Amino acid sequence: MTTLFFIEHANGQLSDQSLKAITATSQIDGDVHGLIVGSNIDSAVAEASKIEGLTKLIHVDDDNFNNIMAENLTQLILNISEDYEYFLAAATTTGKNVMPRLAAKLDVSQISEIIAIEGPDTFIRTIYAGNAIATVQTSDPKKVLTVRPTAFKAAAIGSSECEISKIDAENMPSISEFIGEELTKSDRPELTSAKTIISGGRGMQNGENFELLDKVAEKLGAAVGASRAAVDAGFVPNDYQVGQTGKVVAPELYIAVGISGAIQHLAGMKDSKVIVAINKDEEAPIFDVADYGLVADLFQVLPELEQAL
Amino acid sequence: MKILVPVKRVIDPYVNIRVKSDQSGVETENVKMSMNPFCEIAVEEAIRLKEAGKAEEIIAVSIGNQSCQETIRTALAMGADRGIHVLTEEKIEPISIAKILSKICEQESPGLVISGKQAIDGDNNQTGQMLAALTDMPQGTFASKIEIDSDKVKVTREIDGGLQTVSLNMPAIITTDLRLNEPRYASLPNIMKAKKKPIDQKSPEDYGIDVTPRVNILKVIEPPKREAGIKVENISELVEKLKNEAGVI
Repeated sequence: MTTLFFIEHANGQLSDQSLKAITATSQIDGDVHGLIVGSNIDSAVAEASKIEGLTKLIHVDDDNFNNIMAENLTQLILNISEDYEYFLAAATTTGKNVMPRLAAKLDVSQISEIIAIEGPDTFIRTIYAGNAIATVQTSDPKKVLTVRPTAFKAAAIGSSECEISKIDAENMPSISEFIGEELTKSDRPELTSAKTIISGGRGMQNGENFELLDKVAEKLGAAVGASRAAVDAGFVPNDYQVGQTGKVVAPELYIAVGISGAIQHLAGMKDSKVIVAINKDEEAPIFDVADYGLVADLFQVLPELEQAL
Repeated sequence: MKILVPVKRVIDPYVNIRVKSDQSGVETENVKMSMNPFCEIAVEEAIRLKEAGKAEEIIAVSIGNQSCQETIRTALAMGADRGIHVLTEEKIEPISIAKILSKICEQESPGLVISGKQAIDGDNNQTGQMLAALTDMPQGTFASKIEIDSDKVKVTREIDGGLQTVSLNMPAIITTDLRLNEPRYASLPNIMKAKKKPIDQKSPEDYGIDVTPRVNILKVIEPPKREAGIKVENISELVEKLKNEAGVI
């Protein structure tokens, strides 16, 4: 049996999410082939070919894949699907967009966001926003899986290249078109790969006050996140959102500021190594999961924190 | 144009989840149930498109046990025109739901299917994409904005680094993300009116779909509990602990 893993990249760099998720393939017997797509991506291809554990890298050099459309990528994987028993990708917005489409084309159930592999057909995943953990066994002949990156350590980049095979993108369906992207510009690390995250909730009161978090983040080299309440209130864009319906993160240090700790937020951050909560309400549920709690007015202590770092 | 909106009945998002002691699943007996929040957003968006003159009819579909009728009634009270209830007691998986929906699409020929991006029980995030595959329609997942322009629909999508915009040939499948809209509450007169709106009752067999599960749930357990730590008095104590005790800064 052979596994196909879809590797994401941007700006010449391999996705940290993919490097973590690909580690899951080490627990599946047989060869692991990587799939990387896009034109003029030589540096990403060279790096991907050195990912430890990969036995072959399939590269599709085609303008169709300068931006990933689910319709095209699904067709591309379908073209080579006979050779594979397992199909994996990181549970990024791209992985989540593409893999179920592939699973349906292969007439199999997908197992979403696995956090562990128990056996060839048995996987562990969270349900109900992390309030329950299910062990599931599939009877489908082909397995389509997305992998929660925070559950795995990033694969190492070795020194020797594996075999690289180029294939063409055939039978691309022309039913959708990429128009554009507006990526949030930031000098700071991405939420999902940051070692430290400082997040604000409804207690921040407005978007301007997130500057207080920005200043602390600057000192710590941290990413800035937010609770759903802060996103719903319009303080910050949705890509800041940590939680069940946003991003699931597990940094070394997570600082929750003015966040009460709704179940849906805890689901997205409770696997963080160290959790700090700053909230003026000492009854806030966030304190139940925090290693260090500070009951205080955030507007008073955030500038102090910035000074102390 | 018709819009098809699949709606799922789930445990209310504000209810605390209890795992059954025999590890067979999550307790759903005597627990408050509601429409999945992402499905509510889908219903709302369909109604707004109808109000804007872009759609004529909204069909709400729910697949599951008898109580799913209530979820369809909620959609009808919000403003959907009629319902289809596919009755089954089986624990139905996204692939089977997508197959039934694809048959309904064949019969109803909707110009758009708008569904929630995921249900908050199974957290699968699959059905919309699977339906798109089975019907060979394009997909606009995790939508935060939808604009119809004659035979195409422009969808702004919430992606990891920000926003992406795609243009899809219609008919198309769209799945909703949080910021697409804020769903309305049904007014009392509309709840009364909804009681008179028609709901067709069907079964998976009517569509020739075998809904036998392929994925067997071996066990469901509670996640490990995280213990509360200590309270610190001030910032200098916090910084000292983070440096010397936790070693994370």
